[in-house]
Amino acid sequence: MNKVVANAQEAIKGIEDNMTLMLGGFGLCGIPENCISALVKANIKGLTCISNNAGVDDFGLGLLLQKKQIKKMISSYVGENDEFERQMLSGELEVDLIPQGSLAERCRAGGAGIPAFFTPAGFGTEVGHEKEVRYFNGKPHILEHALTADFAIVKAWKGDKLGNLIFKGTARNFNPMMAMAGRITIAEVEELVEPGELDPNFIHTPGVFIQRIFQGEKYEKRIEQRTVRPRS
Amino acid sequence: MLDKKGIAKRIAQELQNGWYVNLGIGIPTLIANYVPEGISVEFQSENGILGMGPFPFDGEEDADLINAGKQTITAMKGACIFDSATSFAMIRGQHIQLTVLGAMEVADNGDIANWKIPGKMVKGMGGAMDLVASAENIIVAMMHTNKRGQSKLLRQCTLPLTGVGCVKKIVTNLAVLDVTPQGFKLIERAPGVSVEEIKNATEGRLIIEGDIPEMNI
Repeated sequence: MNKVVANAQEAIKGIEDNMTLMLGGFGLCGIPENCISALVKANIKGLTCISNNAGVDDFGLGLLLQKKQIKKMISSYVGENDEFERQMLSGELEVDLIPQGSLAERCRAGGAGIPAFFTPAGFGTEVGHEKEVRYFNGKPHILEHALTADFAIVKAWKGDKLGNLIFKGTARNFNPMMAMAGRITIAEVEELVEPGELDPNFIHTPGVFIQRIFQGEKYEKRIEQRTVRPRS
Repeated sequence: MLDKKGIAKRIAQELQNGWYVNLGIGIPTLIANYVPEGISVEFQSENGILGMGPFPFDGEEDADLINAGKQTITAMKGACIFDSATSFAMIRGQHIQLTVLGAMEVADNGDIANWKIPGKMVKGMGGAMDLVASAENIIVAMMHTNKRGQSKLLRQCTLPLTGVGCVKKIVTNLAVLDVTPQGFKLIERAPGVSVEEIKNATEGRLIIEGDIPEMNI
């Protein structure tokens, strides 16, 4: 079983114009920095990107937006990105906004073989528009469909050569569900180790969901809102 | 009249021992600073942490440890970290006892709008729709009127809704109000604020029964 690829350029082989991608991360926390850079360099266009956020103007998915490589974003929150707002309001960029919990569950469902599910989130709002409604325990729910992608790209802290992954801190976020929902899933990790070096009891994402893995380089890990308290 | 900190202080009085609490961005985040003595609560941030602690000391920020507002945070002893699906399982499954969030508008039937101003501002709903659709206990923390002085407590929301019939209590710079089938019921006045002032600043149906006490904060 050989899942290891040399670098991001090799990892994204097969990603073509007009494909659908899932990208892990919450804000700039836990985003696949190396693969995003490689996608920018490869200038792949017309992408549909499923990601909780759209980065900031000059980092994360914002880099793909600047080069107009994204046709459609499927996200829950897209603030903090002026170029995004401009493209959306001018109609250049198609945007599908989804409640965050529904987005997470739709990815999970996509990877878990569940085609659709009912949730109360969004009932009575724009999100519930034209969706099937059913009452359970006297409460209205709307039907949401699973999401899958041609490629899912996730970022983990440590991974072994079989694709088993461990995340660090809140950089976990959407990565585990998206790892499950890609037809091909790429994992970039800060530290790639031999099988047996990670304790099987502490694996967050089992290697079965990962097809390609590599150790990324030079993680910038930019902080979006640096907040500190004074030392008293 | 209360400032933002005062609103947070008043809402902190609603906390009960042992509760798991989700705090939204803005005024709600401040509540963590005013947990009453003898009360122990755990704060959840929907990006995937229970047991969120205060902001880190300068120089100790960790890019891999943030809250849902993307601010750097710390983890308390006994904190735990999980993925987004598990996080919203806690929320949707009603394992979180209290949700506090901000709003642009609240209607007297409990409808809330806080995610979009058509043609002007579209940032997205984030986790707000999941939170308001499932939480049993929702408190809205906001100013009573907007920047143009117009009431944010309405007969009917004018902006796109985040959730329907879900808000239970509102704490503003002027008052504490419960949402009842008959409309907003005035519970307390902010220090130095008259019932008349609250009446004038409230567009939705307002129920005033007997003497309205002043908040004790």
